[in-house]
Amino acid sequence: MKGSEVVRMVPDKNGQANEGHSCVKGRFAWGYATHKDRILKPMIRGKITDPWKEVSWDEALDYAAAEFRRIQKKYGRDSIGGIVSSRCTNEEGYLVQKLVRTAFGNNNVDTCARVCHSPTGYGLKQTLGESAGTQTFKSVEHSDVIMVIGANPTDAHPVFASRMKKRLLNGAKLIVIDPRHIDLVRSPHVRADFHLPLKPGTNVAMLSSIAHVIVTEGLLATDFIAQRCEDKAFQQWRDFVALPENSPEAMQEITGVPAELVRGAARLYATGGNAAIYYGLGVTEHAQGSTAVMGIANLAMATGNIGREGVGVNPLRGQNNVQGSCDIGSFPHELPGYRHVSDSTTRHLFEQAWGVEIQPEPGLRIPNMFDAALDGSFMGMYCQGEDIVQSDPNTQHVTAALSAMECIVVQDIFMNETAMYAHVFLPGSSFLEKDGTFTNAERRISRVRKVMPPKAVYADWEVTVLLAQRMGYTMDYAHPSEIMDEIARLTPTFHGVSYEKLDQLGSIQWPCNDEAPLGTPTMHIDHFVRGKGKFIITKYVATDEKVTRKFPLILTTGRILSQYNVGAQTRRTENVQWHQQDILEIHPHDAEERGIRDGGWVGIHSRSGETVLRAKVSERMQPGVVYTTFHFPESGANVITTENSDWATNCPEYKVTAVQVMPVLESSDWQKKYTRFSKVQDDLLKNAGEGTGNKTPDIKIKAVAKSIA
Amino acid sequence: MDMHNLIHMANQIGSFFEAMPEQDEALIGIASHLQHFWEPRMRSQLLEYVDAQNGKDIDPLVLSAIRAHRNMLVSQKQA
Repeated sequence: MKGSEVVRMVPDKNGQANEGHSCVKGRFAWGYATHKDRILKPMIRGKITDPWKEVSWDEALDYAAAEFRRIQKKYGRDSIGGIVSSRCTNEEGYLVQKLVRTAFGNNNVDTCARVCHSPTGYGLKQTLGESAGTQTFKSVEHSDVIMVIGANPTDAHPVFASRMKKRLLNGAKLIVIDPRHIDLVRSPHVRADFHLPLKPGTNVAMLSSIAHVIVTEGLLATDFIAQRCEDKAFQQWRDFVALPENSPEAMQEITGVPAELVRGAARLYATGGNAAIYYGLGVTEHAQGSTAVMGIANLAMATGNIGREGVGVNPLRGQNNVQGSCDIGSFPHELPGYRHVSDSTTRHLFEQAWGVEIQPEPGLRIPNMFDAALDGSFMGMYCQGEDIVQSDPNTQHVTAALSAMECIVVQDIFMNETAMYAHVFLPGSSFLEKDGTFTNAERRISRVRKVMPPKAVYADWEVTVLLAQRMGYTMDYAHPSEIMDEIARLTPTFHGVSYEKLDQLGSIQWPCNDEAPLGTPTMHIDHFVRGKGKFIITKYVATDEKVTRKFPLILTTGRILSQYNVGAQTRRTENVQWHQQDILEIHPHDAEERGIRDGGWVGIHSRSGETVLRAKVSERMQPGVVYTTFHFPESGANVITTENSDWATNCPEYKVTAVQVMPVLESSDWQKKYTRFSKVQDDLLKNAGEGTGNKTPDIKIKAVAKSIA
Repeated sequence: MDMHNLIHMANQIGSFFEAMPEQDEALIGIASHLQHFWEPRMRSQLLEYVDAQNGKDIDPLVLSAIRAHRNMLVSQKQA
C-alpha cells in the first residue's frame, strides 16, 4: 500500500488456504477497484427508460424503502425479496437474509449459489449430514488416487490445481471424468491414468456404473460401511447398483465411455489407497446435479474414503464465498447453519434475537422469483453484488421477468447488466474497502481487511443496515465483527468463531465450537454429522434437453483462467489481454461438416435463443460437443442456455444445451437488440441528472432505537 | 406461475423418488420435498391444478403423493 492506494498484490506466505500462492486473477486483476467505471453516487429513476438521477444516499434509500413498502401494500407481503452474492462477505450476506426475514417479513432470499453449488448443499446434507466439503486443500498431499469429476481446476481453481499437480508428480494416480480433453488429461508432466470422456448429462450413469464395479467385484469397504452407515439404506443401494442395467457395459451406450475404462477407473479408485474426489460445476449444473452429488458421496462411503486426510468429497466452488453465502442462511428454506425454516426451535431462537416473527415456510428461489414476476406476484427485488442478467440461464426470460417488476434495487460497484433494468442503484464497495470474512471450499473462514475507505462512503453491510432502518427495522452494529458475533451466538457450527480468534489463528474451518475450539479441518472422522451415513439410490434419468436433427450438438459452458465469473471485475483489468472475447470451441469433424473455419463467425442456435461467436476448432472437444464461456455480456452465452434445472434445487442445467452451429456473417438478432439497449442505457447513465448530490446522510449506523415496524 | 413449468418440476422430483424400493417411502419423499422446497404459492397452484384438471400430465407417482399427503402441501396460511 502507498497510503490508501494499492500498488501491488502479493499472496501471504502464511496464508493457510493458499500457502503463499495466488492465481493470475488474485495477483493481477485488482485494478477494477479504482476503475473509472465505478459508480460512486446513488441513483434513482421511475422507469428503466428514464434517465438516471443522481441523488443523496438519503433520497435513494428513502425511495427504495418506500417503493418496497408500496409494492407490498399493493401485491402482498411476499411480493418482494432479495439476492445475496457469493462475492460479498459473510457478514453482508447475513444482513441481506436478515433484512428479508425481518423488514421484508418473508423468506424470499436466495444466493447465486443457486446457479452453481446448490446441489452440493442438498446432496451432501442428505447423505453425510452437512452441506460442505469434507477436507482441507492440504489434504490432497496425502491422496494416492485423485478423481476429478466435472471440474477443470487448472483454469477455474489454479492454485489448488498446482497443489494437486505437485502431488501427482510425486506419484498419485489421476482419474478425470470430463467430456473435454482438459489440461489435466494430458499436459507437460501430468497425464491422467484414466480419462473417461463421457457425454454431457450422463454423470449419474457413470457414477452408478463405477459403483456397480465396486459392488459386484467385491471392492466394498465392508467394515467401514457396517460401522458407519445405515444398514437398510446401504443394502437397498447395493442391490440397486448391482443390477445389470447399471453395469459399465450396459451404460456404455449412454455415457459413450468404453466399459473397460470405467472398470479400470473404478478398481483404481476403490483399491489404490487414499482416494479423494474433487468435483465442480460439471457435476452440479445438470438436471440430475443433486443426484450426482449423492452418487459421489455414495462412492466415498462405499470405499471408506471419508473421515481422514487424503480422501473425501471436495466440491470446488464457483466463487470466492459460495460456501460462506450458503452457511449464513441465504437460501429461502434455511436459516444460518443449514437449519430449515420449519424447525420451530431454530426459528424461535432467531425470532427472539431479531424481535420478529419468521415465516415457517420456504420462500422463492431465484428462478421461481422470475416466474412469479412474470405472473405478477413478485414485483420488487434487492440485489446485492450479483449480476443475474448475465449469469443466469435464458437471458431473455430473465430480462422479461425483470422488466415486469416495479422496483429493482441493485447494489454494485459497476453498472452491471442487471443494473440496466434497475430503478435504484446503490454504489457498492470492493473487498479492499470493507471488513468482513470469506469462507472458502474448505469451510475455512478468513478475514477480509479494509485497506482503503469506501469510495462511495459506505461499505455494503452499512448500506443494508441503512435500508433496513428506512424500512422500520433497526440493525444495531458498529463493526462487522459484531455481525459475526451474532452469527456465532445463533449458529452452533460457528459458536467459537470471532474476529479475535481469527486474528489469533489466522483462519478457522467450521465447525468451531466447544467440541472443536480450533475448528475442524477434516469432517466426519468418527461419525457422520447426521449420525450414520446414508446411501441413496441414484437412478439415471436422461435430461429432457435432447439432441435432434434441428439441434444436433450439445453445448456446455464454463470458465477460463484469466477471467472471473461474469467478468465485471476482470474485464476491467489487463487480464483482458489474455482473453478478449468468448469463443466457441468445436471439434474439427463438426467444424468441417459445417464449413466452419478456425476464427470464423458462427451462429449458435438453441431452443432458447441465438448468439454469434468466433469459432475455435479444437481437439479438446469430443465430436458432438461444443463449449463456450460466459465472461462477456455481448457474447450472450446465456441467451442460448435453457431453464432446465436440477430436480431438487433448480440449479440450471448450464452443461447441457442442444444447439446447432453454422457459419454466419452477422451478429444475432439478440446481439443487435442488446447493442441498442446497452447504448440507450449508457446514454441514460451519461446523462444522469444531478439531484441532491452525494451528500452523506445524517444517519448514524449504530442507531439507538430498536424499533420494529 | 407457469403451470407447465410447475408440472415439469414436480415430475422431475417424481423421477428421482421413483427409484425408491418402497412406494410409501417414495410418496412421502415427494411430498416432503415439495413441502420443504416449494414456496406456498407454488404448492397452492399445483393443488388447484390437481383439483381442477384431475392431475392431467402429472406423473402418476407424483399425483399419488400429492393426494396421499395433501395436508403436507397446504400452505400453513390456508390450513
